[in-house]
Amino acid sequence: MLNNKGRETRPQESTKDLTEPQDSYSGHKGLLMNEPLLFEVGGLDKTGVDLPECAETETLLGGLERKDEIGLPGLSEPEAVRHYVRLSQQNYAIDSGFYPLGSCTMKHNPRLNEKMARLPGFTDIHPLQPQSSVQGALQLMEELSHWLVELTGMDSIALSPKAGAHGELCGMMAIKAALEAANSSRNIVLVPESAHGTNPATAAQLGFKVASIPADDDGTVRASAVQTAIEENGAETIAGIMLTNPNTCGLFEREIKAIADAVHDAGGYFYCDGANFNAIMGRVRPGDLGVDAMHFNLHKTFSTPHGGGGPGSGPVVLSERLSAFAPLPFLQKSDDGLTLVEDLDNGESDSPSDAQPFGRLTAFHGQMGMYVRALSYILSHGLDGLAQASGDAVLNANYIRTRLKDLLNQPFGDQACMHEVLLDESSLADSGVTTLDIAKRLIDEGFHPMTIYFPLVCKGAMLIEPTESESQTSIDLFVETLASLIKEALAGENEEAFHQAPIHTPRRRLDETAAARKPILRYESSSD
Amino acid sequence: MRYLPHTDHTRRAMLDTIGVASIDDLFEQAGAPLQQPPTSLPPHKSEMEVEQHLAALSGLNRAAGAGAFFVGCGAYRHHVPASVDHLIQRSEFLTSYTPYQPEISQGTLQYLFEFQTQVANLLGSEIANASLYDGSTGCGEAVLMAQRIKKKKKALLSGNLHPHYAGVVKTLSHMSSFLVDQSEVVPGQAATADLIAKIDDETSCVVVQTPDVFGSLYDLREIADAAQAKGALLIAVVTEVVSLGAVQAPGDMGADIVIAEGQSIGNGLNFGGPYLGLFACRQKYVRQMPGRVCGETIDADGKRGFVLTLSTREQHIRREKATSNICTNSGLCCLAFSIHMALLGELGLKKLAKLNHSKAIQLSKALTEIEGVEVLNQSFFNEFTVRLNKPAEPIVERLAEKNILAGVPASRLWPDQKPLDNLLMLAATETVSEAHIEELCTGLKEVLDA
Repeated sequence: MLNNKGRETRPQESTKDLTEPQDSYSGHKGLLMNEPLLFEVGGLDKTGVDLPECAETETLLGGLERKDEIGLPGLSEPEAVRHYVRLSQQNYAIDSGFYPLGSCTMKHNPRLNEKMARLPGFTDIHPLQPQSSVQGALQLMEELSHWLVELTGMDSIALSPKAGAHGELCGMMAIKAALEAANSSRNIVLVPESAHGTNPATAAQLGFKVASIPADDDGTVRASAVQTAIEENGAETIAGIMLTNPNTCGLFEREIKAIADAVHDAGGYFYCDGANFNAIMGRVRPGDLGVDAMHFNLHKTFSTPHGGGGPGSGPVVLSERLSAFAPLPFLQKSDDGLTLVEDLDNGESDSPSDAQPFGRLTAFHGQMGMYVRALSYILSHGLDGLAQASGDAVLNANYIRTRLKDLLNQPFGDQACMHEVLLDESSLADSGVTTLDIAKRLIDEGFHPMTIYFPLVCKGAMLIEPTESESQTSIDLFVETLASLIKEALAGENEEAFHQAPIHTPRRRLDETAAARKPILRYESSSD
Repeated sequence: MRYLPHTDHTRRAMLDTIGVASIDDLFEQAGAPLQQPPTSLPPHKSEMEVEQHLAALSGLNRAAGAGAFFVGCGAYRHHVPASVDHLIQRSEFLTSYTPYQPEISQGTLQYLFEFQTQVANLLGSEIANASLYDGSTGCGEAVLMAQRIKKKKKALLSGNLHPHYAGVVKTLSHMSSFLVDQSEVVPGQAATADLIAKIDDETSCVVVQTPDVFGSLYDLREIADAAQAKGALLIAVVTEVVSLGAVQAPGDMGADIVIAEGQSIGNGLNFGGPYLGLFACRQKYVRQMPGRVCGETIDADGKRGFVLTLSTREQHIRREKATSNICTNSGLCCLAFSIHMALLGELGLKKLAKLNHSKAIQLSKALTEIEGVEVLNQSFFNEFTVRLNKPAEPIVERLAEKNILAGVPASRLWPDQKPLDNLLMLAATETVSEAHIEELCTGLKEVLDA
């Protein structure tokens, strides 16, 4: 049918099956643009920044002028915008769809946080300008500290760690400093098998010996197993334990108080990995459970954006026993306002006499930009909203667990989980389809897969963390899609489709073995 | 609560599906002991209320852009093009995570690959990783890496290394049981004699910052030769990467590992963070390098694509045998760096560097005119040190009262070294105007005369 300009206004009836997508001439596919590397589209003779002219010709560079070609191509602004917009379109994101990546807490990132972090009084202040000129920033740090300390029932906080693993390092350093202050040579750190890899890596970096503790059949650590490990190694050698709670299997450590008692009785400290604090915020206080140090991941629990893998922020709360050993800098209140104590040798008489900071973890004062975002999130929720959010996160995970439990195995039996549910591939054993295949098919279905093959305590792990940000409609579609995939796999009719997936993506499965065997880590022009 | 999609109705329906009466019951079944929440914490606030509260706190701070500003020492105020902040706030960049599923993360992976190439070229090194937390933690990681490579237990630091960076290394040395030695502090001079004299057979690495914390520039070749002759690595630290548009790259001068703070390009001051650590080294050390790395490969159709690679070094595989406990990088800050660098290009970077250098020369000439002020540096890029005829810290405070942020008094970084009390470090970037320089000079004269 033609309109009055002679243009067809209805699609032609399809005469043949177009199932095989053909490669285009341009390399693009409709809305999906293929984008060459910056080094292939930019030019050394091009720039997208207009700078004022510079009259000065004199130099005082000590004869070290750079005369070589650096190899940094430039782009005009429109070209740069297009390059990065096209790259962005090849990414999956929380803003575009369900992202149930277990242990990562991919919740909604409120844009209010971004707006607040960009206020000039936060983004345009220098870490070394006079403290009298940044009292608002120090007040913000103090306010965030108050919330985090109160929510956890702990004694004090070290804000400066740059990410979760850095927070672990900070907490374990505080423990090591406390042991040294007591002239103790304790050097064994107990770490459950299900722990995130950063835990043993952190302990080892500080010279501790890692002793692994097995989990029980229900996926949690028994106080008796901890007691056994203490006795096997000798109580006098135990520096402490690193325990994640809720643990990486999404389960609450039911015997956590007894475990804390056992470690304390042996003379050790209790480090809690707080990566999963989203499950319990506003409801359970780690300080009441006997925890001595715990880091937060502000980018998980408190919605600061994950940004493609950072920046993170990992403040650490400390018990009374460890507070004196907190690193530099730390905040201190006085009549003149707030002071950031950056050094103890500065002769300031008002420094708390019992402070024995273990040193400095990073230049300056930590991730201010993340503190602003986290506080913006916390104030928006209030205590009631935080408790509701953790409640909804746990509700969503258990809803998914209930709806999938007839199709996928729960490695530690049918029991209530916290904010994430761990399933495994055992029910698919005879199908030829693996956890990896399921994940890749989910991609074709428009979902980001769950965390796979972690934790290592079961075969073919699928760790699903929906967070509180998902509606029932969104979760239902995911559950029904995943259920359909499992049924398809079990029916055994379409195995190849699983192994070939994904097919609707900018790239198909990538050869990671080749990448590792002969690493190509930078662009080299083919003429080189 | 505006961020939670559930209604009481959907919660009820989902609880019914699960077969429990309430969310509290779920916690009880899971074994989580519900506690009385602390009542001192307030309830939720509207978006408008949060905005008003935080804007009030922001208003209590003196923003760098609100007047004359000469503060540097490891963080620098540069102009960042508007498109940079727009692009990094694209949902697909801002709200994605570590590219664990490369098929739907090619955007992040490709910019990391581009970033690694930009960094390697800028620093004059063979390869670079996908960034660490910041320059100072990168410096600590470099020292640990040198010990893994050289199997020796002593790190030698230049006395003119930023004291916060030295502090990070000293914390690690204490905690991970290795030795640290440091050469004497020599403000305003690229003095290397004492440093070279301290290199011995136990030295695993020599750490030198250029421009150093006082602003002096170093020809690294002599130190590189001396270090390598004793079986040690040279680790070069750059806290102002814009300098590399004007000054020879450390890698080209023989540094084995180059660490830099990348904040100057694409990232704001942010009161100290988030920033990004640039980390580059020789190809042969790639398997000892900490942090995340992105590499090129092909997909099932033979098309070029990118993946995270060499993860067998990392904690999630190696656990207690990993090269480092680091898990994240500084993704979004890398992106800001990479976009700004792509906008500048080689041409823009060189011009920006020239502009910075000329502003600093202008500032130094103006300050030399003032009685009681002596410029110490023989060479500098955009930052240098002056000796005042009285302690610098009170002077800086007095100037701040006049809305002039004059720089960093050395006593802020070396509170226990009295001989440095009269020293002041000042930085001048492209954002400094002639009016600002005049304002500083007038103010400084008044305060010194008072």
